[in-house]
Amino acid sequence: MIRVVLPFHLRNLARVDGEVELEVAAPVTISAALDALESRYPTLRGTVRDHGTLKRRPFIRFFACKEDLSLEPPETPLPDEVVSGAEPFLIVGAMAGG
Amino acid sequence: MSKVRVLVGTKKGAFILTADGKRQNWEVSGPHFAGWEMYHLKGSPVDPNRIYASQTSGWFGQIIQRSDDGGKTWNTPGSSPEELKSPDGMMPKGESNKFIYEGEPGKHLWYDGTPHPWEFKRIWHIEPSTTDPDTAFAGAEDAAIFKTTDGGKTWKELPGLRHAKSQLWQPGAGGMAVHTILLDPKNEKRIYVAISAGGCFRTDDGGKTWKPITKGLKSPYELPDPDAEVGHCVHRIALHPSKPDVLFMQKHWDVLRTDNAGEQWTEVSGNLPSDFGFPIDVNFNEPETIYVVPITSDSLHYPPEGKLRVYRSKTGGGEWEGLTKGLPQKDCYVNVLRDAMAVDQLDKCGIYFGTTGGQVYCSPDGGDTWNAIVRDLPAVYSVEVQTLK
Repeated sequence: MIRVVLPFHLRNLARVDGEVELEVAAPVTISAALDALESRYPTLRGTVRDHGTLKRRPFIRFFACKEDLSLEPPETPLPDEVVSGAEPFLIVGAMAGG
Repeated sequence: MSKVRVLVGTKKGAFILTADGKRQNWEVSGPHFAGWEMYHLKGSPVDPNRIYASQTSGWFGQIIQRSDDGGKTWNTPGSSPEELKSPDGMMPKGESNKFIYEGEPGKHLWYDGTPHPWEFKRIWHIEPSTTDPDTAFAGAEDAAIFKTTDGGKTWKELPGLRHAKSQLWQPGAGGMAVHTILLDPKNEKRIYVAISAGGCFRTDDGGKTWKPITKGLKSPYELPDPDAEVGHCVHRIALHPSKPDVLFMQKHWDVLRTDNAGEQWTEVSGNLPSDFGFPIDVNFNEPETIYVVPITSDSLHYPPEGKLRVYRSKTGGGEWEGLTKGLPQKDCYVNVLRDAMAVDQLDKCGIYFGTTGGQVYCSPDGGDTWNAIVRDLPAVYSVEVQTLK
């Protein structure tokens, strides 16, 4: 079971409070975590990754264990602490004006 | 007794304003979708409880929302609590926000005149069908038209529009979007669309093929070619349901009309203090009474002399009168965007518009007098009104 932290607006869209817990089969990669998230919450499809290309949206960032994973390939394994549930996988709206 | 429900999209959420037929005392609900840019909300003409909304964000992309109870509750289509608990165990697909151009999207002109690939950004306008609540059209940036026939669960492009010389379309300062969709109430095969800095187009076969309808438009500063079929910066078009071959247009500069479904346009700017502006609309009870909000210029997006005036023509253009009673006549420097004016179907006809300063004004008497329903909303992007019997 991994823990995922969503940004405020996506928590509202998915109608969840706090962290989301997801079952993800090994290997637990960035894309596997996002697949599980979108399967559980279909309304989030297209909001983190582009529908067509599955690329990360430009103003979305991924963090885990104080590391920025945003530019890592989708098949990158998440840290052991995230896989064990000790640390969350963070999906963050990038700072940008407005 | 009749009621009206005004649907307001703003830069930071949606608001629903309701009143009885007197249109004097208002209830305000919202913000709905707080913090999101709400480009447009519009109800189905055949089922007023069915409302579609375009919710968008630079961070999270495009979301389509739908209400089936007049705006009390909302769901992304296909994800209502009932559908999430469907007995067959099937998960909703989550495709209500999936807008994919058909085939190879190709390229349009970029600001610098070089070819630039089509990129979906957001939905500016949703136009529900006049006959079926599950059918609606969506106008996209980059410019394209999409259609749903399942209540918004899935959307499919009508790609014929982008075969109408789209390699020559070029974004204006506000982007390149299908911002206006008009459905001919007497001929469901006929649809009109307008695209900022793209032009005006018509289909007579339900969206398979489209042709530019720009003869008579003159844009000498933007388009030196006097015969240019595309590239005119059309800000808004409007029609009266009883006379769908008569269209009125607020162009970047110039107010125009056509009496033959766009085959030929004639300028009717007449005595307007400025013929630059964004919205244009038609009185529901008087098909030749039209309204615009003059804006100083393309460089100065606020009313001339700091006076917010709606101009009304009872002659279908040409002769205009300024309407000022209840509107600020000094120190007013707001804008009124193209989708931010609407008319109800009561007698007398109510006229509504919203400003970039967050005011929504109502005239319950065809424009003679005005009242602010609300004054301090976020910048208003769109205003629609439903007349409820």
